[in-house]
Amino acid sequence: MMNVDARQNVRVEVRGLRKRFGENEVLNGISFNVEPGEIFIIMGPSGSGKSVLLRQIIGLEEPDAGEILIENEPIHSSDVLQKYRMAMVFQSSALLKSLTVGENVGLYLSEHQLKTPEEIDRIVREKLELVGLKGIKDRSTSELSGGMQKRVALARALVIEPQLILYDEPTSELDPFMSVVIAEEILKLRNRIHATSIIVSHDRDLAFGIGDRIAMLSDGKIMQIGTPKEIKESRDPQIQRFIHAELNANSTKP
Amino acid sequence: MFRNLGQLVILFWQTLWSLPLTWRQRRKVFDQLFEIGNASLLMVCVLSLFIGGVLALQTGPVLVERGASSVLGGMIGLAFCKELGPVMMAILIAGRIGSAMAAEIGSMRVYNEIDALRTMNISPIHYLVLPRMVAIAIALPSLVIFAIPVGWLGGAMVSALNGRISIGFEAFFGDLRTMVEVGDVFNGVFKSFVFALAICTISCQQGLITIGGPRGIGRSVTKAVVNSIVGIVILDYILTRTLLYIK
Ligand SMILES: Nc1ncnc2c1ncn2[C@@H]1O[C@H](COP(=O)(O)OP(=O)(O)O)[C@@H](O)[C@H]1O
Ligand SMILES: [Mg+2]
Repeated sequence: MMNVDARQNVRVEVRGLRKRFGENEVLNGISFNVEPGEIFIIMGPSGSGKSVLLRQIIGLEEPDAGEILIENEPIHSSDVLQKYRMAMVFQSSALLKSLTVGENVGLYLSEHQLKTPEEIDRIVREKLELVGLKGIKDRSTSELSGGMQKRVALARALVIEPQLILYDEPTSELDPFMSVVIAEEILKLRNRIHATSIIVSHDRDLAFGIGDRIAMLSDGKIMQIGTPKEIKESRDPQIQRFIHAELNANSTKP
Repeated sequence: MFRNLGQLVILFWQTLWSLPLTWRQRRKVFDQLFEIGNASLLMVCVLSLFIGGVLALQTGPVLVERGASSVLGGMIGLAFCKELGPVMMAILIAGRIGSAMAAEIGSMRVYNEIDALRTMNISPIHYLVLPRMVAIAIALPSLVIFAIPVGWLGGAMVSALNGRISIGFEAFFGDLRTMVEVGDVFNGVFKSFVFALAICTISCQQGLITIGGPRGIGRSVTKAVVNSIVGIVILDYILTRTLLYIK
């Protein structure tokens, strides 16, 4: 069933994507390509539809118009999900509360019976250690802080060895040190199996540090796509405001 | 209310199609079985005992007054094993287990856990619905088999102890044995099997379509229980009618 060539890299094409919820036009004609092995960052204000966009890309929701192509095949054709290994790290982590941390991390392997229980146990320990969570394998997920849950979710995605991986604000609940660790893991995954990564994030350090290209999203449209350098040098005032937002304590003093 | 009848049928078929995968999910089936048994065994006892008792209390004095006391055991025996046993146990399980199914699956839906399963290419039907379906289809009929003698015992106890009835155990069960056949018990157990499938399909489907946060989960649970009970009563009529013809 799962005859996957791990070496094959995945190109993602998003064409004219539209999605509305009732009167709320969330995505208003989005098009971009993500090349195999690229780290593609999506930035934009809260509520601009970044999570909705990711959900469309991995096929959880059907767009109203437009299409998503994975290696030139529509994501909704039945065998794309069988053919390519994909993973998503949800904004809310989305760990299964009925399972322990270890069972969550090993879920993909155990459900698809890809490895023996001993091998799964070894892999789970290894991935948990990778995200800085040694020895919490048998804990219940509800005992963990938001940031720890996020890292468990990342470990669960890494276990899949995905060819395409989507991250929804992977560092939003992490301290600066852990954010760097996670950014390194994202890079390592790319270098190890040449995974294609799409990352939604407000984290400017992450975006400018590891991003190959950045797309700025606003009001359901892409304002600009470019390398970190191009985005930094953008003349668009909205983009400038977004990437240079800083707290100026002096200006708020009475 | 039954706007989603079509979706129910689809979910039911999909689950039936995935039956060959049951062995893979056996651990979850056992977990569910244990949960159902654990949650309802005591309640099944109490409920059956009292239903049998109240049946005797209502009909006993009337029958005795008219000199028909010899049919009391058989009447209660039949009423409980063919009708009240399966229907009341199914309603109990709808309230106790159907609600839990809708709540659990609904919460998984609301908190993106089902989305996470889908991105891992794990079918929520195989992973969540199938084990519940198999477990409840085994558990509810078993509970009914267990409930029937308890209900009879409740009827017999009240018949013996109530001053206005005063029919001894021996007379009660002697009469019961002449009127109730194994086929009648099987009839009731079969009905409960169908009720089990209905409860599980309705509750899981409600869970899977939950939207709108914690309040949505509450709404799903209420709907699952109410729809299950209505479904049980309607199915009961249809089944009774059909089984009458077959006989
Ligand atoms: N299932 C849904 N039903 C209705 N509205 C939704 C749904 N999902 C998202 N939205 C709306 O889409 C908009 C964008 O949401 P989202 O993608 O989560 O934003 P963000 O960019 O912060 O991730 C919001 O206005 C949200 O209310
Ligand atoms: Mg979001």
